[in-house]
Amino acid sequence: MSHTKPYIRKKAVLIMYKVFLKYPESLRPAFPRLKEKLEDPDPGVQSAAVNVICELARRNPKNYLSLAPLFFKLMTSSTNNWVLIKIIKLFGALTPLEPRLGKKLIEPLTNLIHSTSAMSLLYECVNTVIAVLISLSSGMPNHSASIQLCVQKLRILIEDSDQNLKYLGLLAMSKILRTHPKSVQAHKDLVLQCLDDKDESIRLRALDLLYGMVSKKNLVEIVKKLMSHVDKAEGTTYRDELLTKIIDICSQCNYQHVTNFQWYISVLVELTRLEGTRHGHLIAAQMLDVAIRVRAIRKFAVSQMSALLDSAHLVASSTQRSGICEVLYAAAWICGEFSEHLQEPHQTLEAMLRPKVTTLPGHIQAVYVQNVVKLYASILQQKEQAAEPEAAQDVTQLMVDRLPQFVQSADLEVQERASCILQLVKHIQKLQAKDVPVAEEVSALFAGELNPVAPKAQKKVPVPEGLDLDAWINEPPSDSESEDEKPKGIFHEEEQRHAKQQLPEADEEELARRREARKQEQANNPFYIKSSPSPQKRYQDMPGVEHIPVVQIDLSVPLKVPGMPMSDQYVKLEEERRHRQRLEKDRKKKKKKDKEKKGKPRRHGSLHTESDEDITPAQQVDIVTEEMPENALPSDEDDKDPNDPYRALDIDLDKPLADSEKLPVQKHRNVDNSKSADKEDVPVVEKKMKKPKKKEKKHREKEREEKGKEGEDLDFWLSTTPLPAAAPALEEPEVNAVITAPKEEGEEPRREEEDDDSERDPEKKSSKRKKKKHKKEKEERSKDKKKSKKKKPPSDKAAEPVENGALDEEPLPPMSSYCLLAENSYIRMTYDIQGSLQKDSQVTVSVVLENQSCSFLKNMELNVLDSLNTKLARPEGSSVHDGVPVPFQLPPGISNEAQFVFTIQSIVMAQKLKGTLSFIAKNDEGSTHEKLDFKLHFSCTSYLVTTPCYSDAFAKLLESGDLSMSSIKVDGISMSFQNLLAKICFHHHFSVVERVDSCASMYSRSIQGHHVCLLMKKGEKSVSIDGKCSDSTLLSNLLEELKATLAKC
Amino acid sequence: MIKAILIFNNHGKPRLSKFYQPYSEDTQQQIIRETFHLVSKRDENVCNFLEGGLLIGGSDNKLIYRHYATLYFVFCVDSSESELGILDLIQVFVETLDKCFENVCELDLIFHVDKVHNILAKMVMGGMVLETNMNEIVTQIDAQNKLEKSEAGLAGAPARAVSAVKNMNLPEIPRNINIGDISIKVPNLPSFK
Repeated sequence: MSHTKPYIRKKAVLIMYKVFLKYPESLRPAFPRLKEKLEDPDPGVQSAAVNVICELARRNPKNYLSLAPLFFKLMTSSTNNWVLIKIIKLFGALTPLEPRLGKKLIEPLTNLIHSTSAMSLLYECVNTVIAVLISLSSGMPNHSASIQLCVQKLRILIEDSDQNLKYLGLLAMSKILRTHPKSVQAHKDLVLQCLDDKDESIRLRALDLLYGMVSKKNLVEIVKKLMSHVDKAEGTTYRDELLTKIIDICSQCNYQHVTNFQWYISVLVELTRLEGTRHGHLIAAQMLDVAIRVRAIRKFAVSQMSALLDSAHLVASSTQRSGICEVLYAAAWICGEFSEHLQEPHQTLEAMLRPKVTTLPGHIQAVYVQNVVKLYASILQQKEQAAEPEAAQDVTQLMVDRLPQFVQSADLEVQERASCILQLVKHIQKLQAKDVPVAEEVSALFAGELNPVAPKAQKKVPVPEGLDLDAWINEPPSDSESEDEKPKGIFHEEEQRHAKQQLPEADEEELARRREARKQEQANNPFYIKSSPSPQKRYQDMPGVEHIPVVQIDLSVPLKVPGMPMSDQYVKLEEERRHRQRLEKDRKKKKKKDKEKKGKPRRHGSLHTESDEDITPAQQVDIVTEEMPENALPSDEDDKDPNDPYRALDIDLDKPLADSEKLPVQKHRNVDNSKSADKEDVPVVEKKMKKPKKKEKKHREKEREEKGKEGEDLDFWLSTTPLPAAAPALEEPEVNAVITAPKEEGEEPRREEEDDDSERDPEKKSSKRKKKKHKKEKEERSKDKKKSKKKKPPSDKAAEPVENGALDEEPLPPMSSYCLLAENSYIRMTYDIQGSLQKDSQVTVSVVLENQSCSFLKNMELNVLDSLNTKLARPEGSSVHDGVPVPFQLPPGISNEAQFVFTIQSIVMAQKLKGTLSFIAKNDEGSTHEKLDFKLHFSCTSYLVTTPCYSDAFAKLLESGDLSMSSIKVDGISMSFQNLLAKICFHHHFSVVERVDSCASMYSRSIQGHHVCLLMKKGEKSVSIDGKCSDSTLLSNLLEELKATLAKC
Repeated sequence: MIKAILIFNNHGKPRLSKFYQPYSEDTQQQIIRETFHLVSKRDENVCNFLEGGLLIGGSDNKLIYRHYATLYFVFCVDSSESELGILDLIQVFVETLDKCFENVCELDLIFHVDKVHNILAKMVMGGMVLETNMNEIVTQIDAQNKLEKSEAGLAGAPARAVSAVKNMNLPEIPRNINIGDISIKVPNLPSFK
């Protein structure tokens, strides 16, 4: 860390962070050094130190408060935006701990906000100012000014056309919103505008903001807007998000913004019409919640719910998606529970007993069954009171008829309930037949009200003294107690009855204790909103119930709305209501009244009655700030993960260093030693972890290689079969040559013998005929061959682009890999060299000999002067100076191909071999002995074998890093990239791995297994080729050859 | 802190991935896949930030990405990094790449893996930003290249000499060279293999 080069220093500083993470003990001794680096002359080292301290401080900011002055200095002096951002972020983390710091910060920060041109810095400043302001206690003089500044700057951000800024602006807005909702609410228009944005993340951010912006006044408007978005939204995720947001917005803070619950219910009902939402259960929960807790709305809710039950679309949709049919769960329960509010209970009963219902999920059916009985009970009651025994019997009959469909249900719960109830109804039927009034008893089944209880209430009941929860209690009454309080405890209705019978057994003491507990719970529980004194209620006579505030709200308006409700309708109603309310308020101004509770003026005022059920006072119970019983345990203690590695860094740095911890500062070596020891330890661990991976990789590579070999084998196999078409198209020309040559070689000797015979006695007429025949045959054959050769290039053209995986942009010029070896008046030699991966030190030279004269060429013999490296493979027993006979003769104008095998030791360099072809030219005048000298050029390219390579394997190969690299560049190339690529692939035996626009990577392999990778890029007029190869000499020679090829283009 | 840097092409083929937190190889693959699905769905003209994928770290994290021609550059960072700052950093990274490999292209990342990682290591170390100044990075890289070249030159020199001799392709090495009266004995040259 005290190296002279800043580059080393800055790397060392950064490494310290990782060391701290691994060895938290090292933080204390090393910290002073780190602190020093904050004032390093090199800005890079400074920023590295800032980086490290920011990371550290993010975890445990309080330990770094002492550095604040230093940072403050840096902030005011530094010009590097990156460092500034980091420092400002750090201050953002520090301010919540030290409010005084915030005061000091505001001024320079606002200065920065005004002065900076960098948006990133501006944004971070605003962010930190917000953090500062949040931490500050309100009431500071310049407080509102800076908030205004922030909001104003954010508005600029949001209005910016750059989506990124817009997003960040909204993000920062939402932070302000938490503490200063009023200042943000002014920008509602902007937020609503963002809601129309096409970017989903921006819309989501805007939604978040909306959540905080709603008030009683604008709730309806906002939700209406959201509803229209719900209709428009395409993506299900976004639509679901909207849906949850609507519900969140409405239900936040215990429905404090909802003034009209009719409207809310109708919104919920409207939401049920959404296709394929996942949040059916959410809507259902809301419906239940509202219906239970808002007593006045029940009648309306019930009418809506019965309409829902009646409408078939929910049941129909249940078969496809189980999402929305959850709503039926709520609807059925509400209709059953509050059946006394039903207008036409009979109709609803029938709706609930429709056979289609059996397609619903089990738990919903169960609720159906249970609530059918409740409904039935209330109908019975009605009928008996109206003295219509026939009607009552009809209903019973209906029940008996329809219930069996539930008895057959696959769901156990449904089956059990249905069979139970079926028997009950049958029993009732018998009693009815005897004209016994049963309604009273039946409805007694469902007597009792369900009270909403906070979800945590049960947990919070303190354990009374002397009550050992683990000990066995004879009767379990405490269970039933809680059950009849649970809002959704509908499943337990039956059991509850039995429990009640047991209850009296509880001894006096126990009862008293329970009563005590209950009193305490109710006192602490803000959810005891209402508890109407119903005669069946068990705790009615208990002391303490009287303390519960009861708000009785009378509703004088008939609320039945035919068909499906439209929330808009209620919006209008609501507006009317508000208007009236305003008028009324004006009127009431004269009377000085307590207007905090809006319910009161209404109760007194007789003028407005219609649809006014402003029950907010009753609802202003706050779920969030729910009170806990005094002795309830705070449960948030174990939030911190003990395994958190950063926790270990929670070290008090201000403590003076203990002697044992102090670093011997003077002895630099010691420090270095200890550090290097630390550093060494870390890599060891890492190495250990890495090792198995490497092995895996190697293994995989091996596998891949094997696969590759298999593939090659396959290719080889294919190439030796007489079906050249099956071989890869690129190899076709070579392959064909190989195939045709051996055939000829095999046949030719025989023919030669014959020819020889005929030649010995050329005057023999009979043999002449033969010869002619042969000649003709040969001619035909060679013509065929020529034809086939001519045919090949076009097939190359067509096949190559496919092989190369590139689009065929333009026709490629025909290409031949054969090049001229030597030529004289008699003969023309062209040759091509191929290697194969199977023989790592052999190449085959195919020489095409073409007779250009009118004489007959025979006794051809090819000889080369071997070098140390390259030798011609001669037949056994012949010496180094003997030539290899060409196994055929050439009549005038005929060409044929002969193959010679060369053995090579090193392939990294190109080689030239001098050679001679000797032959006897025979014509009518006689025969002459002729010689043709040539130079056989073994280019490096000729040692390469076209090998396909997958891009993954290619990447792995390059990653391995043991290839040497070199590059060339050729200017002035006008050929299209496509052609260039094809040319290089063809002439230099490469295969394209990947191609992107005018850039391609290629691969090839030498016969000795060298990997050669190329990257070719085409610029305006130039082509650059980067190559990587296992052998640097081979690569540089190859690149020279490539360069030569490219230069010709 | 930067959690991970991912580069993949329009088809989701990973071109470079660097994780600054330990993940198993499978998880890494999964992260890349998930990130690609998140990022590729987005239009060109929407903002470059994404609330973090589920796999890396959770809600504290953001994906910050830029799309260049055929490649997506995705940085996964936590809340301690400035969003716009990271965007600038991506820009610096890409420009540096472009300077180091003229006319940078997708395949460069594969072909010059080592160099790309080297450049990245100059900018980001252990998840923390080391250097944001492009010129500084480029000079460092250049210096390193020079050093490498000189080393390669030294190492390659003997090989080149040998190849030059071999290329002469002398059929026979003359044992005696006679110039007038002076006869010089040429020592046996070792055979080159």
